[in-house]
Amino acid sequence: MSVRRPPGTLAAAALIARKDLAIEFRTRSAFLAALTFSLIAIVIFFFAWDATAVGAVDLAPGVLWVIFTFSGLLGLHRSFGVEEADRAIDALLASPVDREAVFLGKALANLAFVLGVQAVAIPAVALFYNLPLTRVIAPLAGIAVLAAIGLVSVGTLFSAMASNTRLAELLLPVLALPFFVPIVLPAAQSTARLLSGRPVVEAMSWLRILIAFDIVFVVACALAFPFTLED
Amino acid sequence: MPLAAELAAPNAPTAIEAIGLMRSFGRRVAIRDLTFQIRDGECLALFGPNGAGKTTLLRVLAGLLRPTRGTARVAGVDLPGGADARAVVGLISHQTMLYAALTALENVEFSARLYGVPDPRAAAVRALDRMRLAERADSPVRSLSRGMQQRVSIARAIVHDPRVVLLDEPYTGLDEGGASALSDALQSSRSAGAALVLVTHHLSEGLALATHTAIMRDGLFVQYEARGTLGVDAYRDLYRDAVAR
Repeated sequence: MSVRRPPGTLAAAALIARKDLAIEFRTRSAFLAALTFSLIAIVIFFFAWDATAVGAVDLAPGVLWVIFTFSGLLGLHRSFGVEEADRAIDALLASPVDREAVFLGKALANLAFVLGVQAVAIPAVALFYNLPLTRVIAPLAGIAVLAAIGLVSVGTLFSAMASNTRLAELLLPVLALPFFVPIVLPAAQSTARLLSGRPVVEAMSWLRILIAFDIVFVVACALAFPFTLED
Repeated sequence: MPLAAELAAPNAPTAIEAIGLMRSFGRRVAIRDLTFQIRDGECLALFGPNGAGKTTLLRVLAGLLRPTRGTARVAGVDLPGGADARAVVGLISHQTMLYAALTALENVEFSARLYGVPDPRAAAVRALDRMRLAERADSPVRSLSRGMQQRVSIARAIVHDPRVVLLDEPYTGLDEGGASALSDALQSSRSAGAALVLVTHHLSEGLALATHTAIMRDGLFVQYEARGTLGVDAYRDLYRDAVAR
């Protein structure tokens, strides 16, 4: 029974994130579901679109952020679903890692998931709607990352809360979607300005709101997370 | 008739201490006013009917539940405590607490890393070997039988050589070989100074390991004593009387 030194918060979070990504890589269940949903949604929006009434750059931001919001929920639901399946969460919580590390690890894995979906969905939307992606790819990627941080912070917290209930699949969107609004709104507004060819500086006011909500949600969710695990 | 397990040295350090421990869920009191002490190298076998509060007691001792009242200490740290208390505890449940998509080795190694075990891969291989499962180390957990999954779960729980091992129906699903491997691992942990709390419905398995026994009913210990020379049949009579009262 030699003395052990458990990993610190960041190292433990990295371990948990790597484990979650390994599970997702093996099963690919949530990622494939999210990709399928994204592509079907893009096609449906495309065929429902009257190009003579609405311009592509006016419609595309809405399409993008509807897709990111709902496909993200698929990954977020899986996040704690794998822990609940055989109560693996008990082993995780009984281990000497901080609760904050569990939150951070889960959020990092969810962030990779959402960014992965975005990496496929953004070019797909650009292709369908003939968007000038190369001109705005860097700032658009920045907006996508900033919004993903906010979405996974809120989503990870509510995924933990909902996972312990019988109605987890229903409860997660009901709890999370209202809190997604302050993230999705500035993200969609910033995206609209970029795609319509306006300078990045015109989107700065929305980006500041997005960054502010990111900070609030990351801090608040990390602080609230340990309480969601109490019986 | 199994002989009583050898008692630990009377001056061995206290591994687990509960004083007036109570835990309720809303109005329902799951455990009430429990006071006991377990020293390093001792094994408390905990018997009782379903709903007696045994699992709740283990979850409190594992730091998964906060006591409503009273004090529980593991290795001198008040529970639910921090990393120091959790680092010395190994938890085995009737649920395997494993990730089905990962291999047996990956599950145990992940646990070893969480506990900061040096050379986690080698420690995981050793733990699986102790549970006689080394040849299935690279099999995904979902492809293993229920008994094999339980053995992986036990390897996961003992990979960090815990000072306190909490076992909730650990023999569930184990075949004869698995049960024997578990008993050997527990005896070996006890010999190395680990304290065990074993919740089981199987009197013979519990009594074979126990230095102390307790019978729980309605959240209370209705019997608690150092293990004497009472045989399984005699203890079964005692158990029936205790839970029927």
